[in-house]
Amino acid sequence: MFWQQVVNGLTLGSTYALIALGYTLIFGVLGIVNMAHGEVFMFGAFVGLLLVTTFQLNIFVAILGAMIVGCLLGVILEQAALRPLRRRSVSHLAPLISTIGVSIFLESLALRIFGPQAQAFPASVAGQLLSIGPLKISSVQILILAVSFGLMLILRFWLQKTRIGKSLRATAENIETANLLGVNTNKIIVMTVALASGLGAVAGVLVGLAFNAVEPTMGVTMGFKGLAVLIMGGLGNVTGAMFGGIILGIAEVFSVAYGSSSYRDAVAFGIIIIILLWRPQGLFGAQKGGH
Amino acid sequence: MLKVQGMVTSYGNIKALQGIDLHVPAGSIVSLIGANGAGKSTAMKTIVGLLKPDAGQIIFQGQEIQGLPAYKTVALGMSLVPEGRQILANMTVLENMEMGASQRRDAEIDDDLEKMFKRFPILRERRDQLGGTLSGGQQQMLAIARALMARPKLLLLDEPSMGLAPLVVADIFQVIQEINEQGTTVLLVEQNARQALKISNYAYVLETGKIVLHGQADDIAQNPRVKEAYLGGTKRK
Repeated sequence: MFWQQVVNGLTLGSTYALIALGYTLIFGVLGIVNMAHGEVFMFGAFVGLLLVTTFQLNIFVAILGAMIVGCLLGVILEQAALRPLRRRSVSHLAPLISTIGVSIFLESLALRIFGPQAQAFPASVAGQLLSIGPLKISSVQILILAVSFGLMLILRFWLQKTRIGKSLRATAENIETANLLGVNTNKIIVMTVALASGLGAVAGVLVGLAFNAVEPTMGVTMGFKGLAVLIMGGLGNVTGAMFGGIILGIAEVFSVAYGSSSYRDAVAFGIIIIILLWRPQGLFGAQKGGH
Repeated sequence: MLKVQGMVTSYGNIKALQGIDLHVPAGSIVSLIGANGAGKSTAMKTIVGLLKPDAGQIIFQGQEIQGLPAYKTVALGMSLVPEGRQILANMTVLENMEMGASQRRDAEIDDDLEKMFKRFPILRERRDQLGGTLSGGQQQMLAIARALMARPKLLLLDEPSMGLAPLVVADIFQVIQEINEQGTTVLLVEQNARQALKISNYAYVLETGKIVLHGQADDIAQNPRVKEAYLGGTKRK
């Protein structure tokens, strides 16, 4: 029972981590919270669903498709809502408002295109339960774990080892210095927003699979959870987002398993509050708590 | 190598540079001295493209570069070692140096890294340490090494001696001289006028956004006005 819940928690937590990574990448580079991230996530879920149902595509292709659409949304978001404001060096609140605008737009658009009712993935995708010893794990869970942990590993490696990953970290640390060293920081910023949105879209498909429900409002709650993880892990910290997501997922699953499902969010957010009282800068945040 | 004509740069309504002319011949060390707030750093930032000039021309190797973003001037062969060093604190010493070569695609990056480690042995020792853990002097060496990794034709240094102990300052100036002897042209901004004039060929004196004096470094060092204002000849109140 215990290990079963750990697996369930890891599955849920890895999707939270994936969402939070999107927030943290953008926060790290631009110092802003992208309020449209939850809606990009929701759009990704719908694109994945559409590719599986209408186009009868394999789930892996659907995930890839959702990622590509997410990246494109990210590029549009950056060009439409972030870049014009950055050029005028306005206050940090302006992009917050402009991304809220984009989020409302995306949610309304999804309502118009896909309708308000929750839709489910076809049963063929859900697959069967596998038993490993006492553990029961569904093929959807395996898919979610593999895709999200795989992406996290690739992201970590990419940030640490590749030239572009290092340029991204340099830009996150200091845009002016990165520029001086010959990094085209505007390009890095577009790429970061695109990458973050692509990850968010993949998380959308995975969450859609996990709960077997895709609806236009799903971005709101998940967006807030991603935000909570962003703050719990430490603003702009990639490792923090990964661990934070998993902690939140496990906390939720355990509070359902050993407590009551109606207290799920209360317990999870209670834990976040305790962590923040203990470490106000977040689990992996810098000592000064600033950026 | 570098020619600046009538360069005007403002921050909002404040004109920090009110039309300055500079000439940096290939192979030389030229220094730009002046008090705090005279516009020295502004001049450097405008030349490399971090700031956009309102007017004037910046000609680098026969090409007009005013208004080009900084990452493009790096590609043309200019590197600025910024004021305060601006080491990437959360990246390792090695990564900082690799970032200096971020635009290079040639195969000699590793050779150059090796050269830098030879010139600055302390950086080899601290290779895998985070940039933020280095002392001020070590950070300055890292900042210079990082800039050199771009193989600049013109190296711009903004206050390399700032906040460093006198012994370390002497080291840094010696390194600058060596770099110049190996063929890199240097434009140096300093408040430490005495040291700067010692290693320079030519000097400009900047006051409130205007060049008030220029000439051979030795002549400038002998100038009574400069002596009084910058070399601590007689103290002003």
